[in-house]
Amino acid sequence: MLSFIARRLLALIPILIGLSLIVFLIMALIPGDPALAILGSYATPESLTRLRAEMGLDHSLPVQYLIWLDNILHGDFGRSYSLNRPVLDEVVERFRATLILSATAFALCSIWGVLAGVVCAVRQNGWVDRMVTALVLIGISIPSFWLGLLLILLFAVRLHWLPASGMFAIYGGGDLLDLARHLVLPATTLSVVAAGVIARLTRASMLEVLRQDFIRTARAKGVAEASVIFRHAFKAALVNITPVLGVQAGFVLGGAVYVETIFQWPGIGRMLVTAISTRDILLVQGGVLVVAASYVLFNLIADVVQHLLDPRVRT
Amino acid sequence: MKRTICKVSAALFLAAATFSGSAALAQTPPNVLVVGQIAEPKSLDPAVVTAVNDFRILMNLYDGLVRYKDGALEVEPALAKSWRISADGLAYTFALRDGVKFHDGSAFTADAVKFNFDRMLDEKSPYHDTGPFPLSFFFSAVREVKALDPLTVEFDLKERYAPFLSNLAYPTGLIVSPEAIKTYGKEIGRHPSGTGAFVFKEWESNSKVVLERNPDYWDGAPKLEAVVFRPITDGNTRVAEMLSGGIDLMVEVPPDTLGQFKDPARYQIFQQAGPHVWFLMLNAKEPPFDDKRMRQAVNYAVNKKAIVDNILQGTAQVAAGPTPPAFAWAYNDALTPYPYDPEKAKELIKEAGYDGQPLILYVTEGGSGMLDPVPMGTAIQADLAAVGLKVNIETYEWNTFLGKVNPGLEGKANLAEMAWMTNDPDTLPYLALRTGAMPDKGGFNSGYYSNPEVDKLLEGARQSTDQVERAKLYKKMQAIVHDDAPWLFVANWKQNAVASSAVKNFKLQPSFFLLLHDVTKG
Repeated sequence: MLSFIARRLLALIPILIGLSLIVFLIMALIPGDPALAILGSYATPESLTRLRAEMGLDHSLPVQYLIWLDNILHGDFGRSYSLNRPVLDEVVERFRATLILSATAFALCSIWGVLAGVVCAVRQNGWVDRMVTALVLIGISIPSFWLGLLLILLFAVRLHWLPASGMFAIYGGGDLLDLARHLVLPATTLSVVAAGVIARLTRASMLEVLRQDFIRTARAKGVAEASVIFRHAFKAALVNITPVLGVQAGFVLGGAVYVETIFQWPGIGRMLVTAISTRDILLVQGGVLVVAASYVLFNLIADVVQHLLDPRVRT
Repeated sequence: MKRTICKVSAALFLAAATFSGSAALAQTPPNVLVVGQIAEPKSLDPAVVTAVNDFRILMNLYDGLVRYKDGALEVEPALAKSWRISADGLAYTFALRDGVKFHDGSAFTADAVKFNFDRMLDEKSPYHDTGPFPLSFFFSAVREVKALDPLTVEFDLKERYAPFLSNLAYPTGLIVSPEAIKTYGKEIGRHPSGTGAFVFKEWESNSKVVLERNPDYWDGAPKLEAVVFRPITDGNTRVAEMLSGGIDLMVEVPPDTLGQFKDPARYQIFQQAGPHVWFLMLNAKEPPFDDKRMRQAVNYAVNKKAIVDNILQGTAQVAAGPTPPAFAWAYNDALTPYPYDPEKAKELIKEAGYDGQPLILYVTEGGSGMLDPVPMGTAIQADLAAVGLKVNIETYEWNTFLGKVNPGLEGKANLAEMAWMTNDPDTLPYLALRTGAMPDKGGFNSGYYSNPEVDKLLEGARQSTDQVERAKLYKKMQAIVHDDAPWLFVANWKQNAVASSAVKNFKLQPSFFLLLHDVTKG
């Protein structure tokens, strides 16, 4: 087990290097450069050349990349020119906000999704199943930015129950309750699609398991129905559900971009969008590295959990 | 089953009700003004920023030697009590206000003024590396800054330069505490210290910038206890925050949401035309726009009023020429916008013998002052098609767009969208309409317009320090440019803002700055 984890962690290194190289190349390929983004409408050829030299953009691409890589290996992520602060400070701060949001959304969608899936499977084709399936379909189909706006309109503008945007109250606040209040709407918005996907897959894999012989045997032995479903069937179905949860964790992390924009959540998704449009390459690189590493880690965790759950995968 | 659902939902509802707390949740605190901004500031160092969004904060933190008069674009004393201009127009001597202190406690002196300008302009200054300073060219005419005594500072210019005082009133001319720059270096943008009406308290990234009242402000302490600037990039979210009471004042209200703030018992709507002009550059170097009749035809063919009323929903007015009416003293009000007259346009096109070649129009997706560039570009395309000009649109993201337009349109496009917001009637025509401002000479005349008489008028206006004389020259220049039609003149943007009815004494300025010194919140 340990060697499995160690091997997977080692594989992370080439993945991250490859990824940073791809991001670097894409940023170099898209037209418009950071010097122009800084100088804006007032850019003249002369001032551009001077600024490019100041920023080290006059080196060839491979040299620029190697300089960056060398700095990273020394723990220096560089300085974001568009924010005038060290990249690492910004990335860590923003990633923490995104983690809080996506972890909450992930918890929500796992609970809702799994519960809905199990209930549907148990009551297959009953009215509960039909209703939940319809809701799940709607959930999957609703664009999250639209749902977010609707929730803001209802709960913030009309009812004044919850704040419309931000992570903490502007004056005072800052405690856990304040954070929780600000989390409700964005986390709900973010969890809806993933909850739908998880519900459908849970339902399918539960149905499959429920048809198997060992379930019939359990029932024949007179095991209580609740125990059949949760102790026997659900445990078996979980083996199939876990990798999906891993993928959905990544999805929630990626989907945070829209939700962060609508709710002004100070997360890393919104940071990346702005960084790309201002050609802030150091910030983009730093942000992508962190997101990619965490994405790989989530999948690793999902695999490990699956290992622990399923004796067949273990060997 | 049903009973369980009922119980669960009742419990959830109760939880939500307790959770959301009192109804006063979204209320902002008394005497603290919360402003909804359009983006996170880049920096709070006036020497390095270029965006109006940042200026809105800076103008409340710092002062310059001079400032714009309330409601106008003419300068009046600020940190300088008075000034003298030498007869040759090359030396400006300022008498500084006595007893003014920076927020960090250090004294405001002539040395501090010199330090600030040396930092931007002198490559040998030890603090020149705290840049880059993209707008330092505002002061490129300065040869030397001399501190004659602690309260007298002299600027020696290389050549006569009329916009100098106006540029000093711009945020690039704001004075930062030298001690703070020495302490924080490049980090000064996050630890600002000026002499302004409000003192910097904290900047929580992507959440808020908080300023507090400066009780010792030389021009009288402000009434507000504090101001909080919140970056809310999404327009709809900004509106939702205003409606739910999360902010007291919002700027740049999306035009189609203004209707939601019609109730005067709850909201006030503000509008103010600014020194902004939105236009289409026409490539006068290549056919068909090397012919003046073709350029005039475009001005007749496009229904500017429809663009302003329908796309911009009245948040702009039709532009008559290259100079916005906000420069009241220099504006030629005898000019009227080209009327919408497709028949006249067709006649001119026929006279010019246009061969039907398809034209390329560069459109941007967004960008500083560009308003609603895609729908505007499409409307213009349709109007031009109606008079027989086939226009193909190429759309680019703002940075890419600038990279294509600024080096000149030759061989690439016939028309290109552009907008400028300036602080002096000199800036835009001098940088974008002169023969000496072609792209290869480092200017922004990407459409290659050239008229020796306009060049002479602009040079003359720049050399003169007499405002009456300058006004005469600018007005003449506008008449010629109006007739030569190097651009399609489209719109002058009116800045808007919405405030809750509790906010008093607020006013938008033609400079587009946000000045909060006199504002109160009841």
